[in-house]
Amino acid sequence: MNLLKLFRKKTFPHGIHLEEYKDETNAKITRRLPFAPEIIVPLAQNIGRPAKAIVFKGQHITRGEVIAEADGFMSVPIHAPVTGVIKAIDLVKTAEGGKQSAIIITTSLNSGQHVLTTESTIDYQQLSREDLIKAVQETGIVGLGGAAFPSHVKMTASEDTPIHTLLVNGCECEPFLTTDHRLMLERVDQLICGIHIAMKCLDAPKAIIGIEDNKLDVLQEIKPHLPSDGSITIEAVVTKYPQGAQKMLAYSLLGVEIPSGGRSSAAGLAIFNVATLAKIGLLVPAKQGYIERIITITGDNLTNPGNYLAPIGTPLRFLLDHAGFTGGEASLVLGGPMMGMPARSLDVPITKATGAVLVLDERLTKHTDILPCIKCTQCLQACPINLNPSELGLLAAKRRYQEMEETYHLNDCFECGCCSYVCPSNIPLVQYFRIAKTLNRERHLQDG
Amino acid sequence: MAKSDLKIDIRTSPYIRKAPSVAQIMRNVVYALLPLAAYSVYQFGISALALLLVTTLSCMATEHFFCWMSDKKSTILDASAAVSGLLLAMTLPPGFPLWMGAVAGFTAIAMGKTLFGGLGFNVFNPALVGRAFVQAAFPVSITTWTPALAVDRFVEFIPSTLALPFMKPAATADWTAQVAIDGFSGATPLALMKFQGIMTDSYDLFIGNVTGSAGETSSLLILVCGLYLVYKKMLDWRIPAAVIFGTVISAELFYFLDPNKYPSPTFMVFSGGLMFAAVFMASDMVASPVTPLGIFVFGVLVGFLTVIIRLFGGLTEAVMYAILFGNAATPIIETYTQPRIYGARKKAKEKS
Repeated sequence: MNLLKLFRKKTFPHGIHLEEYKDETNAKITRRLPFAPEIIVPLAQNIGRPAKAIVFKGQHITRGEVIAEADGFMSVPIHAPVTGVIKAIDLVKTAEGGKQSAIIITTSLNSGQHVLTTESTIDYQQLSREDLIKAVQETGIVGLGGAAFPSHVKMTASEDTPIHTLLVNGCECEPFLTTDHRLMLERVDQLICGIHIAMKCLDAPKAIIGIEDNKLDVLQEIKPHLPSDGSITIEAVVTKYPQGAQKMLAYSLLGVEIPSGGRSSAAGLAIFNVATLAKIGLLVPAKQGYIERIITITGDNLTNPGNYLAPIGTPLRFLLDHAGFTGGEASLVLGGPMMGMPARSLDVPITKATGAVLVLDERLTKHTDILPCIKCTQCLQACPINLNPSELGLLAAKRRYQEMEETYHLNDCFECGCCSYVCPSNIPLVQYFRIAKTLNRERHLQDG
Repeated sequence: MAKSDLKIDIRTSPYIRKAPSVAQIMRNVVYALLPLAAYSVYQFGISALALLLVTTLSCMATEHFFCWMSDKKSTILDASAAVSGLLLAMTLPPGFPLWMGAVAGFTAIAMGKTLFGGLGFNVFNPALVGRAFVQAAFPVSITTWTPALAVDRFVEFIPSTLALPFMKPAATADWTAQVAIDGFSGATPLALMKFQGIMTDSYDLFIGNVTGSAGETSSLLILVCGLYLVYKKMLDWRIPAAVIFGTVISAELFYFLDPNKYPSPTFMVFSGGLMFAAVFMASDMVASPVTPLGIFVFGVLVGFLTVIIRLFGGLTEAVMYAILFGNAATPIIETYTQPRIYGARKKAKEKS
């Protein structure tokens, strides 16, 4: 078995090969964006409980100070992204289209925007695990890859499922996105430090950094920085979508499957995004808060696409103006083109988990008629989970949502979009599945 | 502040898509069938050409008619009706009366496709439904084969071709005797095998130097055209492979039991419409299973049934019925062959 693993190509079955479109930004060094005159900081930026605002209207705040505190363990605090004055704590538009409460800050444009620093720093090696996890929570870090799951919760491994390997996800398999790539070239020390902190919290003996083999320059950059004891290694996996999905990466690197319906810890794994760990490596030792992130702004109709370091809460309108947006009728996407979320307004801000703003015009697939399924099996051959999207789609059209869940494993679908991508009949399969899942959840709530 | 002007087009993910459309797939199938059509015209002359045109037009007209009847946008542009028409013509004898060809085309689309709800919903391969109908309706005409490569084939129709509707077609026996090269009996290799115990040389079968239905004679050409579609990723190679595998295994079994009585697997694979059916008929996406294991089971079943019907049935058109049976069995095959999903837990299944 071990011998077989040696010859195994580092990849997973099925999936699709996508046009990458990364050339437009992957050679561009991360640059800092100016501060927007108004910053909007939503209180619910993480999975779990929203933070509680502890500032009042008219209060002067300094960049880096806590403006909202964690509400329990499943919550993280929020720090001020800029020095300024609280304009209001009010309902604002969300990308999804609804409203949510947020702290609105008027930036003091003539301030130096120095980050509030503390005298003391943390030597993470001296701290106990509990204190270190608490220190992670205090930075306000959540999963930067898009999940927004509080990182300190994920680091609190339970006793009965020990973590044997920390997987560091640097795949960045979505087209257009280059933030993780730039980060792995520019912030190696922070990344390695973050990995050490996570390994200590999880009590994991080893860590593997997984990157797609379209970023081999990263391999050269990181290898000299790895500890000599071999506890951290870096491995290239095949470039294929959705290689960066947790389940796929676990299989590609180790040949193990995360059990259906279970967390990665059930397979003895903890999987963190490189951006998350690099942030932890930067902020935990310095005892600072998470206030800005790297974001790729790219796509169509932009004269100046690139990777930008932007304060959290910067409105999309400001970002796009700085990327030289030329207008047009386009789709705005927060995240990648396969799994990103549509933004419904230019007035919504980027949040802790927004990794990219994508403008799609020419490269956006035009509306086309939906034709009947001709059972061509393309979707079955694309689905990385080995579901039967064809059958699921037919059942969804008949509104047999319960059967989809019970017989055809609907809940194992993580909406990677491969099936919709390859469908010759243009059936919006993923959208059908989202609707089915939502209605199933509603039914379960009524039943339960 | 808004220097830029934007109309936001709200979609849901994924925002990009790259797949050939259904119409592109069907058009490519048509392209792949054209060389076969050309070869059948070369072999059988204008009669074959007329038959191809009549069935194709009949299928497309029927599709258009029913779309018009039900106030829908006409779907003939997706070319699936044209594919059915071409496939149908190639399974018919080249001298098949044209009016019967038109009936076959109408039946194929009306009963085989529209009745079930059109493209994507048909349970059976429409072309085979059409053929099965005329097989029952005109048993004589559909088993009357004429020799290939007749001298005057490009100027003169086979006498039966132009039969008037509802009239008995002219007998071709005299004409056949007149144009045939020595020893032509009007029987296909399968009929020779079944009723007279004569084996045709496998090489002749492979190249297509035999008589038979309009498009099924040259296994070589069929394979080449099939490979084109496989290369374009518009044909699932697993189905033909499974059908051929099933045929070879079943034929080998009987051949092993009694080589004198039963034909060899090579003969089975290259004779009759098997190769054509495996590559173009069984692989009809809509009526075959979608699950990987299901595809294999379906193919082997079709191959096995073909051999059984050929050896023990009263007819030689085994593969047609084998595929229709396989189509009928598709839903149940799919039910029992759902793929194992990533991370599936055995224990969880037992509990529930």
